[in-house]
Order: sequence, then C-alpha cells, then structure tokens
Amino acid sequence: MTPTWVRVAELLAAVLFILALKGLSSPKTARRGNLLGAAGAAIATAVAFFYGQKFYGGPVQHLPEILIAIAIGSIIGWIAARRVQMTQMPQMVALFNGVGGGAAAVISVIEFLSVHSESAAILTATIFTVVVGSVSFTGSLLTFAKLQELMTSRPVVIPLGRFVTIGVAVATVVTAVALILNPTNSLLWLLLGLSLVLGILLVLPVGGADVPIVISLLNAFTGLSVAASGYVLNNVLLIVAGTLVGASGTLLTRMMAQAMGRPLTNTLFGAFKKRVASSAVSSEDRPVKSASPQDVAIMLAYARKVIIVPGYGLAVAQAQNTIRELVELLVAKGIEVDYAIHPVAGRMPGHMNVLLAEANVPYEQLKEMDEINPEFPGTDVALVVGANDVVNPAARDDKSAPIYGMPILNVDQAQQVVFLKRSMRPGFAGIENEVLFDPKTSLLFGDAKDSLTKVVGALKSL
Amino acid sequence: MDAISLLTIFILSIFVGIEVVSKVSAILHTPLMSGANAIHGVVLVGAILVTGKATDNVQLYLGLVAIVLAAINMVGGFVVTDRMLEMFKPKKAEKEEVSK
Repeated sequence: MTPTWVRVAELLAAVLFILALKGLSSPKTARRGNLLGAAGAAIATAVAFFYGQKFYGGPVQHLPEILIAIAIGSIIGWIAARRVQMTQMPQMVALFNGVGGGAAAVISVIEFLSVHSESAAILTATIFTVVVGSVSFTGSLLTFAKLQELMTSRPVVIPLGRFVTIGVAVATVVTAVALILNPTNSLLWLLLGLSLVLGILLVLPVGGADVPIVISLLNAFTGLSVAASGYVLNNVLLIVAGTLVGASGTLLTRMMAQAMGRPLTNTLFGAFKKRVASSAVSSEDRPVKSASPQDVAIMLAYARKVIIVPGYGLAVAQAQNTIRELVELLVAKGIEVDYAIHPVAGRMPGHMNVLLAEANVPYEQLKEMDEINPEFPGTDVALVVGANDVVNPAARDDKSAPIYGMPILNVDQAQQVVFLKRSMRPGFAGIENEVLFDPKTSLLFGDAKDSLTKVVGALKSL
Repeated sequence: MDAISLLTIFILSIFVGIEVVSKVSAILHTPLMSGANAIHGVVLVGAILVTGKATDNVQLYLGLVAIVLAAINMVGGFVVTDRMLEMFKPKKAEKEEVSK
C-alpha cells in the first residue's frame, strides 16, 4: 500500500500547483506563485521514491540510474533556461513543452509494453497519451524550428496538404481503435509513427504570427496527456496537475486567440483557405521616403506628443536600453511620450512587457492597445521600432489579408509616422504594409540599435 | 483507486484549472503559459514510477529517456518562468540588482 504520508504529500503538492496557477495570474504574486509550483514539483518528485512495495513490487529498482537521469535532465534544463536570451524565450517554452509531451508518450509506451492491461479504459488512456504526447512533441519541436528561424516562419502548405493531414488523422484514429481491440506491439509502433507525423502536419501550415497560440495549445495538450498517463499509472497527483494545466491552458489559448482577434480554427487551418492575391505590385517598384537620423531627431524634438511602438526588431537588436534613453531625452524636453504595447508585440502575448521591464522602462509609460489607440489622431509622431504586422492596416481593412481581424495599433492615424526598419522585408506574417508607402511616413533603415543611437546623438546635439 | 473517484477528481480539476486563471491580465499570458508548462513537468513522477519497476532493458532505457525529458521540462520550465518574472519586481529591488 502507498503510505499515508506519501498521499498527504501528494495532496500538498496538488494544492501548491493550484496556488501556483492562481499566483501566476496577478503581477504582484506571480513570482511567488512560480516558486510555490516549483516547491510542489520538488515534493512530488521526492515522494515518488516512496510509493512502496505494492507499486514497485519491492524496493525501487535501478535507483542510481534514475538519480543520474534526473540530474542530467535537471542540469540541461537549468543551463538552457539560464542561457536563453529573453528574445528567444517563446521557443524555449515550446521546447520544454515538447519534451514534456515526449516524456508522457514514452511512459505510456513502457506501460503498454510491460503491463498488457486488459482494461479497455486503461488501454484507451494509454493510447490517448501516446497520440497526444507525440503530437505535442513533434509539433512543439516544429514551432521551435519556426521561431528560431531554422526554417521559414511562413505557413507551409504541402500539395493537397489538407487531404494528407486529414488522411493521417483518420489513419491515427483507426490505428488507435484497432490497438484497443487488438493490443499488439507492432500496431503500437505504427500508432506512434503516425502520431509523430501528425504533430508535424498540424503545425506546418501555421503562420509565424500565430505560432504563440499554437504553443499554448500544445501546452494544454501535454497537460491532458500527463493527466491521462496519471490515469494509466493510477496516480492522482498526475491527474490533478495534468488536468489543471490542460484546462487552464485551453482557456489561456482562447484568451490569446481573442487578443489577436482570430478564432482558433482560423489559426490552425487558415493557410488552407484560398487567398485572393492582394497588392500585386512588388515593394521594390514603389517609392518610399527615407529619412536620416537627423531628420528623425528634429521631427521628434519638435513634437508635442510621441508614441513609441516597439516590436520584435527592437528586441532582436537589444535596443531596449537605447530606446529608454531616447524617451528620457524627449521627456526632459517636455514632450509627452508613451509606449504602445500591442498584446502580441514581440513573439508572444506579454513578451514586450517583459523585454522593456528588463531595460527598466517605467511601468506607467507602457500603454495597452485599447487605451492608446484613441490617442493616435492627436499624436505628432508615431515611432515604430522594429514592428510591422501589429501596425498593418491590412488587418483592419483588407479582408483577403491573412492577418485580417487581428486588432492593430492605428499608427496610420498619427500626423507623422517614422519606421525604424532593417529592410523592406515584410513582417513575420509575410505581408506588405501599406503604411510604409504613405506620404506621411518616413523610413530610417538599419539595425534598430544603431539607428536609435544615431537619433539619440542627433537629439543631444540639437 | 476506482474509476469513478478518478473521474470525479478529473472533472473537479477542470473547473479549478479554468477558475484560477480566468482573471489573468494580458501582460502575464506568457509567464502563465510558461509556469503551467513547468507544472506538467511533474510527469517526471510518472517517469520515475515506470522506471522504478522496469523489468527489462528496453523498459529501463526508455524510462531513463523519459526521466531526462521530464526533468528538462520541470527544471527548465520553472527556471525560465522565474527569469521572466524577475523583470516584474518592484523598482527598488531592481536598482539594487543593477548596481551590484
């Protein structure tokens, strides 16, 4: 029998997980919440060795190997998490999520191989874990590859992609049912292979800007597969923790999709829809107005109200500190300056807040989209630093655009718009931005940090 | 534990999971996702359980792989979440950190 104190410890861990999620929902308590979660996980791991004779059929076997494996995984996880740049955080989360799903799938494979359970319910849960865990594993690895730009971030549509995906999905379900009726090892390997392929096929057609939502969805998937593995192992804690993550992750995914104004089905399957090719004119043929750092400095210095729109380009160039310096100079001149933070600025909801907080930007200067949007018409200069899709009016006006419906920051309503951009290359979503060609728009090409440094220098010498 | 008890726990957990995050502010979406991601790293417990009763080498090696993956998920998840949330500290503490 599992000792009572172990079950009490499990209960404690479950309560800590609930408190962790609760704490993470509010800025004041978030950090403590995370630590509570870590404490719960540590307790749960420690008592895993004390489930007793009935579970292990004796003392825990292979104890040294287990401890070494835990140490290896912990060190890898620790180092990866410490070393990762804040800009690369989203793909790190995707990777951690993927390996978690992979672990759940492997656990169920082992249970299948070792127990040969007769119970249809247990078999179903085992198979569910294998499928969902594997989908989460390869799907997350692919989102990692997309965000890390190891491959194109645009939607990839293979010929007849929709039918291939549906075909593989159907084959997966058929194999799963066959496996429940006739539990043989060869069918299990087939199911595992199909599920791994399915994960890739599901994520391939997802466009770059939607990847964060998919990460969140796969996170919820992994949670559910962990819950199912808890059922297989008759472990209450895994059921509670997995279900908590599955449920909260599903809700979070919906909230993220809403923040981008995109129904989830659109995110996953949007690329399959036929699109009317908009704006056939290629960007090289169209005139844009470029400006020097001095021009930009003068524009800013004589403005009364400036709104900064920071984007991923700012983060990549590590220009958070330079932008803060620029804003401090402008504020010292008596100019009203705010940052307009799009809900998905950066690569994920809330990502830009993290990045700017890292550079000590005062929290009060950060304005959310709904709050700042009415202020653009009264703004002299909107300074867009390394952002593109989140200010693209096509999302508002062009029904054929893939990002149509995503709420945007209305920089096109400001008196003047300045873009700091590396090149004319379209944004993450891969579509042209009409504001760039507007006569009231000036472009300053170059790395965001270099450009900002030059503008700061020009401002100081005015 | 019997199936109905497990089902009860499952259903109640769904409601708790939805309830606790229903009021999250948009700026915390990313840290919350990351924290939830770390919590499902508790699958490490399952990995330890199956490896601890492995009867042949295939089971043992697969189990050890699962343990390594799950430990990466758990430890990496909590550490990266903490790093994100470090940024949300009150101003004073942050200044001290910088001056160090």
